[in-house]
Amino acid sequence: MNIIIPMKRVPDTAIQIAVKDGRVLLEEVETWVINPYDEYAIEEALRLIERQGEGKIIIVTIGPEAAQETIRKALAMGAHEAYHLLDDAFEQLDPLGRARVLAAAIEKIGEYDLIWPGFKGVDNDEGQTGVMMAEFMNVPHVSTAITVEEVADGHAVVKVEAEGGYRRVRVPLPAVITQTQGPHEPRYPTLRGIMGAKKKPLTVWNADDLGVDRDELEPIVEVLNVERPPARKAGRILEGEPDHVARELVRLLHEDAKVI
Amino acid sequence: MADLALVVAEHQEGKPKKITYEMLTAARSVAEELDAEVGVLVMGHDLDADALAEDMGARGADVLFVADHPDLKEYAAEPYAEVIRQLIEEEEPVLVLFGMTPAGRDLAPCVAAKVEAGLASDITGLEVEEGELYIKRPIFSGQAIATVRITRPPALVTVRPNTWAAAPTEQDEAADVEEVDVDELPENGIEVLAVEAQESTRPELTEASIIVAGGRGLQGPENFHLIEELADLLGAAVGTTRAVVDAGWRPYEEQVGQTGKTVSPQLYIAIGISGAIQHVSGMRTSRYIVAINKDPEAPIFKLADYGIVGDLFKVVPELIQAIKEYREQEP
Repeated sequence: MNIIIPMKRVPDTAIQIAVKDGRVLLEEVETWVINPYDEYAIEEALRLIERQGEGKIIIVTIGPEAAQETIRKALAMGAHEAYHLLDDAFEQLDPLGRARVLAAAIEKIGEYDLIWPGFKGVDNDEGQTGVMMAEFMNVPHVSTAITVEEVADGHAVVKVEAEGGYRRVRVPLPAVITQTQGPHEPRYPTLRGIMGAKKKPLTVWNADDLGVDRDELEPIVEVLNVERPPARKAGRILEGEPDHVARELVRLLHEDAKVI
Repeated sequence: MADLALVVAEHQEGKPKKITYEMLTAARSVAEELDAEVGVLVMGHDLDADALAEDMGARGADVLFVADHPDLKEYAAEPYAEVIRQLIEEEEPVLVLFGMTPAGRDLAPCVAAKVEAGLASDITGLEVEEGELYIKRPIFSGQAIATVRITRPPALVTVRPNTWAAAPTEQDEAADVEEVDVDELPENGIEVLAVEAQESTRPELTEASIIVAGGRGLQGPENFHLIEELADLLGAAVGTTRAVVDAGWRPYEEQVGQTGKTVSPQLYIAIGISGAIQHVSGMRTSRYIVAINKDPEAPIFKLADYGIVGDLFKVVPELIQAIKEYREQEP
């Protein structure tokens, strides 16, 4: 069983990003991490392989040179090999372009059962690439999975987020499964994992290797400007005894804010 | 002929959901400047086209496209996307709006890939300047707002719930009904084995007008009855923080923040929540924020429209009491 995890690196989620001159200052980001939802996918994939007793996890990442550090972290967690898609033409991709490049890479890898990215990147918050990949590759997709419970007879049984609970679905493979927050906290790499990761195969491919036309990657969704959201105006602190402030709050919410 | 701004409706057994009305408001806000009619597509089975035409007309739709077929009874990506693909090919809309809902965020990228169109996710603003459409959308979980442009039509968008009003218009004319020919639909190939969903009487978190959220300050899962009681009194959804979910006190479905839901209700009541970036980025666009916390230095107070510094175990029961009394006074 081959599991391909399209993974991206994102700025550390605990730190506020800097915005200036109409853009996010990504060059000022000091710590990059595995996109949290991709990390949940890796964790669930590792557990699936442990349960099934066989399987291989292949990481595919679009990113600059420095993304290699994040890729090594995924290998240290237990992924088996990785492909780093590196090309100047990959720097300004929109989700369609990203899906095109990833789909080309996965087709080139050739053997795959599950394609299992996070359902969105927590940088651009688009949540499009996984489903688009499935369309380009003409395979079914299941969005916002909690985990893949079992792979057997060319099908996967997937537990999926649903309003007020979950659904269990059966999808023929190969398929794209997009991961939401999983039930297990992603593991930290062990020292042995970190040492071992250095020896795992990491292949770098550019647009020519993938046979994608750079002109076709021109973004259709163009980002013109980025700014901070308008600051919220200073609020009001209500003071006094609990019964008094509670009544005052109800009055304000009704009369001023008109929301209750 | 005028262009078309197309709303992909969501409904429950033929009754349009609130997000559908909100999308109609969004479409109408730019239709005139885009020189476009507003159309709405309803997919389903055994639909009452006349009732829908009247309802959608009152919300400002000029045309109602109805795709009625047994295979469209329940939402499934492939057949739904195929209907939209055909309609886009025939009608060439300049703008197509989906809801940023579980179905919409699955369907929209599927359609975008099929017609190779640009898609802007989770949008919170639409503006037209000199015939060009400018789209605003939060990025980095709301830490920043991007303005984007889609360089060739159709522009596809998913609309964040609770951002546009679900208001009716002055218009009382029913929308013109056009039936969409649905002949062969692709199969989805996905078999549903089980649905284990608890019927909740509370609204869905991302669509709720009011959210009552509890954090670590509640001290334990046994105290969340306070949050639930207040929520039910207000017809609100229950929200929580990552720390609470990680501690196993509440289910992940209720998590608001960077790795949970992004919400934008009219009123967000944060109780015992300090306001870490993780959490705040998922709720900062709420219209009104109330914070109740014992620590006056908690960052949540910087966002709050109304803040109460105090012991939540004293304040919340008083708040519940005050709302009940208030309801009795005002019939």
